[in-house]
Amino acid sequence: MSSVAVTAQTAGEGAARAAARKRDRKASGSATRRAGWVVYAALGVVLLISVFPLYYTLLLGSSDPVEISRNPVPQWLPDLSLFTQFQTVIESTQINFWKALANSLIIAVVVSAAVVLFSTLAGYSFAKLRFRGRGPLLVFVIATMAVPTQLGVIPMYILMSDLDWIGKLQAVIVPALVTAFGVFWMTQYLSESLPYELIEAARVDGASMIRTFWSIALPAARPAAAMLGLFTFVQQWTNFFWPSIVLNSSNPTLPLVVKSLQSNYFVDYSLVMGGVFLVTLPLLVIFAFVGKQLVAGIMQGAVKG
Amino acid sequence: MAVLTPQRSAPGSGAPERESRRLGFSQRLGRWDVKLSPYLYISPFFILFAVTGLFPLAYTAYVSVHDWSLLGGQGEFVGLQNFSDVLAQPTFWKSLGNTLSIFVLSSVPQVIIAITIAALLDQNLRSATFWRMGVLIPYVVAPVAVSMIFGRLFADQYGLINSMLGVIGMDPIAWHGDRLASHVAIASIVNYRWVGYNALIFLAAMQAVPRELYEAAVIDGAGRVRQFFSITVPQIRATIIFVVITSTIGGLQIFDEVRMFDATGLGGPDRNWMTTVLYLYDVAWGNQHSLGRASAVAWMLFLLIVLIGFVNFLITRQISTSGAAKKSKRKSNTRGNA
Repeated sequence: MSSVAVTAQTAGEGAARAAARKRDRKASGSATRRAGWVVYAALGVVLLISVFPLYYTLLLGSSDPVEISRNPVPQWLPDLSLFTQFQTVIESTQINFWKALANSLIIAVVVSAAVVLFSTLAGYSFAKLRFRGRGPLLVFVIATMAVPTQLGVIPMYILMSDLDWIGKLQAVIVPALVTAFGVFWMTQYLSESLPYELIEAARVDGASMIRTFWSIALPAARPAAAMLGLFTFVQQWTNFFWPSIVLNSSNPTLPLVVKSLQSNYFVDYSLVMGGVFLVTLPLLVIFAFVGKQLVAGIMQGAVKG
Repeated sequence: MAVLTPQRSAPGSGAPERESRRLGFSQRLGRWDVKLSPYLYISPFFILFAVTGLFPLAYTAYVSVHDWSLLGGQGEFVGLQNFSDVLAQPTFWKSLGNTLSIFVLSSVPQVIIAITIAALLDQNLRSATFWRMGVLIPYVVAPVAVSMIFGRLFADQYGLINSMLGVIGMDPIAWHGDRLASHVAIASIVNYRWVGYNALIFLAAMQAVPRELYEAAVIDGAGRVRQFFSITVPQIRATIIFVVITSTIGGLQIFDEVRMFDATGLGGPDRNWMTTVLYLYDVAWGNQHSLGRASAVAWMLFLLIVLIGFVNFLITRQISTSGAAKKSKRKSNTRGNA
């Protein structure tokens, strides 16, 4: 039932685009008028709420530890003392900031690349190739999306300690290399956007299957692959539960650093908050560059279901 | 490109020649290529999933019926002992109550606020991308960082929220001391992170609603609010179901937020905000060191998620289909009047 509705939505999309274009041309009529100031004011409040916690973190991070314990809002503008906190966090031997940054980067990059590659391979297969058992296998993939991952943490932990991977990065990386969502996402995208004619033309030209995948399907999948990569990256970067189980403070990721800031320094709140902001900063910078695509990805994913 | 081999027919489409000619090596290779490649391409997913997804699921059941300690490893078969042990622990029941309470406090406002923000974003906005990116900022901040920041905002003493309450003449609230207050604070952390994300999902669905429906409603004299409830909500029902189900699965597995809400990370002095996943963590890696009992917790949590997900699905479908039925009835009335 829901799949019918989703299809209907996708079909409606074209109509919506056309209507939007028409709406832009003649900005009259009460249903199509430009948004009033009330809408902007309301959205402004939403935006302030989105940004405020981060701003508050900056404030706390750049204030005096003694002052902070007496006054919830010591000052209204962050100042240079923030950098002193950054420096303390970076140089602290208990925190391993650089190692955490490198680890987070390695995990996020490797996992994103693998998820994109494996999902595109499988998605291409499901979307465009004929083989026995295709239907049931695809249904199986989709069904697994509903199973909560945390159900399996204990056997996974046992497996990881049997492999002697506890404390090592592969304990985080290997279980994340494939996702059912990724396969589903690429299947959806490729079945709509890659014409059979292109594949056939390549095959007629004598390209092998893998060559066809590499030079026809992979380039065609680029937009969806970029979205999938971005999402996986954010997910892995902010992931805490599983790394907190299999990694330790000598080989942490950035979220684990936040945890150890809290337990090591929680008396000195200005230092802790400076550190929290520092740890958050890399992803905010990345977001400034790719935020637009991330937004587009969520919007696209929603329509496809 | 490689169009230099006109003689050779395309591999896989060589059915007519099958009887007349013996296959060359490269052709046979080509046929195997066509037959095997699909399986080859999907195999990374299935192999990795079997090891890291399917096997753990089944193995959790196996571990849950054994005496299994974190350090000692597998012990003897104990049947349902672990389950009854867990059920006998008051902390388990308390964690279940906390989970449900935080789940309800987070998911209900989350869906309502998200759909409202989506309706705002669905207007004809200047620099729409800017606003969309703005609401998504919280999503990229790691939940552990968000939780620490909010833990400070909601600090019992010298917290910003309490001092603001003081300004408007209210008594400070014990956000870490009172059970319900702590649930409200934690739910607001969850909501902070997910409202914008869900708003964008709703927005996408709203943009796919045919504008003609709104134009017709305007002609019928429907106001903004009426349009929202009579057109938008029924039209995006599939998306509402999707968001409700995903937020249920996520909401019942809350861990990061509660673990970071204070420095100890074990749900407060009276386990006032210990959720079931945090309890699971504590049973396995905290004070009990029992992987067997933790597996039993995992299974019971799983059953709860399935149960609530199912109930959710039924309720959401009920609400949204009755809305849709009303709408179509109204539409036919309109046509009759015209």
